[in-house]
Order: sequence, then structure tokens, then C-alpha cells
Amino acid sequence: MTMHFEYKIEGGDFTRAGYASSQVKRSLKQLNVDPKVIKRVVVALYEAEVNVVAHAYSGIIEVYIDTEKIKMILTDKGPGISNIELAMEMGFSTATPEVREMGFGAGMGLPNIKKNSDEFKIESEVGIGTKLEIVVFIKQ
Amino acid sequence: MENKAFHHALKIRQDVCIGCSHCMRVCPTEALRVRNGKAELYENRCIDCGECFKVCPTSAIIIEQDDFNKIFNYDYRVALVPSIFTGQFSDEITATAVTSILLKLGFNEVIEVETSVELLKEEINNYIANNKHTKPVISSFCPAIVRLIQVKFPSLVENLMLIKPPLDITSAYIKKKLQDKGVSDDQIGIFYITPCAAKIAAVKSPVGEDKSEVTGVLNMNLIYNKVLKSLVGLNDSEKEISSNRECLTGNSLIWSLTNGEASQINGRSLAIDGIYNVIEFLEKIENEEISDIDFLELRACDESCAGGVLTSGNRFLTVERLHKRVDDSIKLDDKCPNSKILDYKESLRSSMAISEINPRSMMKLDEDMAKAMKKMERSNRLMCFLPGIDCGSCGAPSCQALAEDIVQGKAAISHCIFLQKTMEQTRKLNPNHSFRIMEKIWGKDRFEKNCNKIDKSKRFH
Repeated sequence: MTMHFEYKIEGGDFTRAGYASSQVKRSLKQLNVDPKVIKRVVVALYEAEVNVVAHAYSGIIEVYIDTEKIKMILTDKGPGISNIELAMEMGFSTATPEVREMGFGAGMGLPNIKKNSDEFKIESEVGIGTKLEIVVFIKQ
Repeated sequence: MENKAFHHALKIRQDVCIGCSHCMRVCPTEALRVRNGKAELYENRCIDCGECFKVCPTSAIIIEQDDFNKIFNYDYRVALVPSIFTGQFSDEITATAVTSILLKLGFNEVIEVETSVELLKEEINNYIANNKHTKPVISSFCPAIVRLIQVKFPSLVENLMLIKPPLDITSAYIKKKLQDKGVSDDQIGIFYITPCAAKIAAVKSPVGEDKSEVTGVLNMNLIYNKVLKSLVGLNDSEKEISSNRECLTGNSLIWSLTNGEASQINGRSLAIDGIYNVIEFLEKIENEEISDIDFLELRACDESCAGGVLTSGNRFLTVERLHKRVDDSIKLDDKCPNSKILDYKESLRSSMAISEINPRSMMKLDEDMAKAMKKMERSNRLMCFLPGIDCGSCGAPSCQALAEDIVQGKAAISHCIFLQKTMEQTRKLNPNHSFRIMEKIWGKDRFEKNCNKIDKSKRFH
């Protein structure tokens, strides 16, 4: 059995960033998932959500939960990432000064997502968008 | 020890409760339902915050306490008084006068809970310096907050500061001091005058400690009345019996007020009061939306302990009076003539730690994840049929709460008044039957003509 949730993300709407991660968090608590696992999921998802809000025009989050793992796929329409290797480096950021002023864009996003996930895949096409796949296993 | 039955200081008097659902609507953990015309408590969800107590129009919710005369079972009777108690009274009744009256009432010694704050402060600062990897450190001062985190924010349990609150440290101190004087354990009765229900629960079933040193708990409103009654007819000299009060430094006095801890702890510290404000903030901390905070002071009540449910004075005036006491003590240049607690510093320090605090999430639909998933799917499906207006007519605080009750076998779909109407229209439910269902939830009295039942509800407004 797999549970499936879907959320839309609006680019630039920082006030709503965190909505999906809070919803997923609530569900995982109800499913009696280990708090430590929940924490990794919400931290990774929140960072990923903010990334879409900060950089892309729009995006979709799909979350799949089964008894083994939590899989999150974030697909966005946006500028894409030209150099993924560079984007994965701590502190690297292309965020605009406006975004930084709001307290985002410190260049911790992608590395932090990777740190909190068990599987991490990123595909991006410049001018089209980015697809991020994050998996966290329930039994650590 | 976490498996022990939870002790709740809050009790619902079934004979007084009219099932008006005011309590159900304000409970921050959705621990209350209305069944058979009475409020019913889900014990494992209750955090003893006292929100229900505040809104009950008929005083059906009571906070249990020890009988005052129990103090006389002990040869040496200590009143352990939080500083906010002295802020309950009008300005002409000084802290010294309050102490004198307490001695008159039968105590041999009066000590303020905040006596140990200076020692504690040092310990907290060391703790934060040594726990750089778990940020923020969350204060364990407010027992309702500790319980809130256990049931609703299990992943933040590890952020809870594993240091005892001043109440426990001061009671350990007074006990040691009396033992050194040669008083035997069974002769010592330490009675805490509590401003809230959560502190009672913390004494009766402590979290992360085996046993509290406190012998008994007395409610602040009861002692407030006793003190005021004793004051009648006393002249000024009678009010000011000199006593050997332990000296407090100015800032210790405000420890239990909002920002009392946060303002005295090193690093970036934040103070939040009010249970709903705390919940909102913890959601963000849990997502790591907010980081780089070293210390969080979280209190369930508005204006912290000054707003405790068992206080009698206006909380804003209490705060003002305590700040005035601080100013006075600075002006007097109080040099702590008998700060004996420092003699016990080392032995107290060694017993300040509390053991691990375990999460006990109330949110899980089932222990088994596969079963929980099935229940969640069913509850999500139910949500498509429920009206989503959270009217509470089913006896649950929200449509979501009803859906979760249904999948856990604690309620039925037909409890929803909207679904009843739909079922009546499609002739799946007989109107007589649906009437009986509503009677079963709210009790027969709700449906009878009775001008009094509205009066009772009005009293609250």
C-alpha cells in the first residue's frame, strides 16, 4: 500500500513556503513514524520547497509513503541549474539580493537536502526546470 | 517510567458538568469530547495546561489538591512559595507581610521557589555551552510545555533541557538543610503553593525524575483566601513579624515571568508565552524554518506564571508588582545576608540533572504503520463527506477530530449532524434514530425547555 499526496507550489510566494512540509509532518506523526525520521523528511522537504519558491515559477510536490520509505518528487518549471556540481557545494547560491534579505538563499539548500536524505537525485535542464527526487527510509 | 498512568490534576465533576462544550473548543491538544451530555477526557492527550478550567462556566473542572490540614502531619512544615504569590496582593501588603501570615497559618518556614535561580542560571549556561549540536535548548521550566512537546512535537523532545526546574532544586535544598539541622525525613513536610494544574501533575508524576521532594501541593487561590482572611484586623506591627527569609537577588524574582529566563541566559534567547503561540512557534522549529536560537523559554500561560489558572490577582498587575519588588531590592542594595544555599552548591549541582525524557506521541492512528496507513486513508475519505465547518455538534472539536475518532472506533459517521440530514433524505436513517443519536451525545437535558441552561452558559460571558 502506498499513500500519495500532491501539493502545488507558487514561485515567489514565501508566505506559503512550509505548507507542504507541515502537512506531510502531520501525516507522518499519525502514521507513527520515528520522530528522527520525520525530522529528516520535513527538513529536506522544507528546504526543497523553499528552493522552488525562491528560484522557479511554479512547481509540484508529490509525496509517496509506504511502510519502507518516504519518496518526495519536486518538479518545477523554472530557470534550471546550469552547473549542478557547483550548486551542490556548501554556500553556493544564485539567490537574488531580495531573496537573501528575506533570510533565504544562504547556499545551504541542496547540500542540506542531501544530508537529510538516503537517496538523492537531481536532474535539471536550463530554461525548462528542475526535478528533485528525495528518499528517506523509515527503518534506519 | 513513562508507561506509568498519567496523573492529571484536572478532574471533571460529572455531577456539575452540563456538557456545554466550551472546554472542548479551547483544548490545544483536542483531548476533550462531549458524550452522554458530559465532557470526557482522553487522558493520554491532556497536558494539564488548564485552558479548559479557565472557560468552564459551571466550575465543573476542578484542580485537585492536598487537604490544608495535611501540613500538620509533619513537625517541620515548609511553605514553598513562588514569587508571583507575593504579587497577588495589593501594594500595601508586602512580601514580608505575606510571609508572616503564612507562618501564622502554621508553617515553620517560608521559602521562595526562586531561591535556587542563581545556581540554576549558572547550570543552564553551562548546559547550553556543552550542547552546541542541539539547537535550540528548550527550557523544562513549564511542565505543560514539557508534556506538550512529548505528545505533539516528539522530534523536539531531545531539545528539552535536562535540568530540574527551580521548584525541585529549592525543595532538595530545603530538605538537605533541614536534615543537616537534625530533622528526620519523615518529620519534614514541604508544601508547594501552586499557580497552576501542570505543576501539580509535575509533582505527582514527574517526567524524567523518579520522585519529587515535595510532600504536598496547595492551590494558590486557597492560600490567597486564607492569607487575606488572616489579614483582617491586624495592625501594621503584627503584619511585619521578622523572619529569616532567604535572600533573593532582584532578577531571580522575575524568573517565572515572561522573559524571566530568556533575559538572563547567555546567547540568543527567545521568550514565548501563551500555549497557542508556543504551538505556532514549535511547528516552525520542527521544520527548521527558524535556526540559530540558543535558548527558548516557552510558557503555556499568557504572562507566564502570573497568568496561572489558580492565581487570583490580575496577571498584569502581578507582573508590575514583581518588577517593583526587583527595583526595591536593588535600591536597598540587598547584600544577601543569609544566602545559605551557596553552602549547598556542590551537592545541589550533582542532583540537578533529570534523566531522559521520552516522546509519547498522541497523534498516531495505530502502533503498526500499515494499519495506521489504512486508517488514515479512511479518515481522508471521510473528510470528503464531512462538512468541514468544525461545528462541534458531533461532540468532537473538529471534523478532522471526528474522522480520526471514527477510524479508531470511538465515534460513528452518523454522529455528524450534516450526514444525518443526508441519510434522512435518502431514507437511510430514521429521524427518530437520529434524534436519539443527538440525545446520546448531548444528553436529554439539552433538548428540553429550560431557561436556566442558557443562564448557566451566560455566566461565562
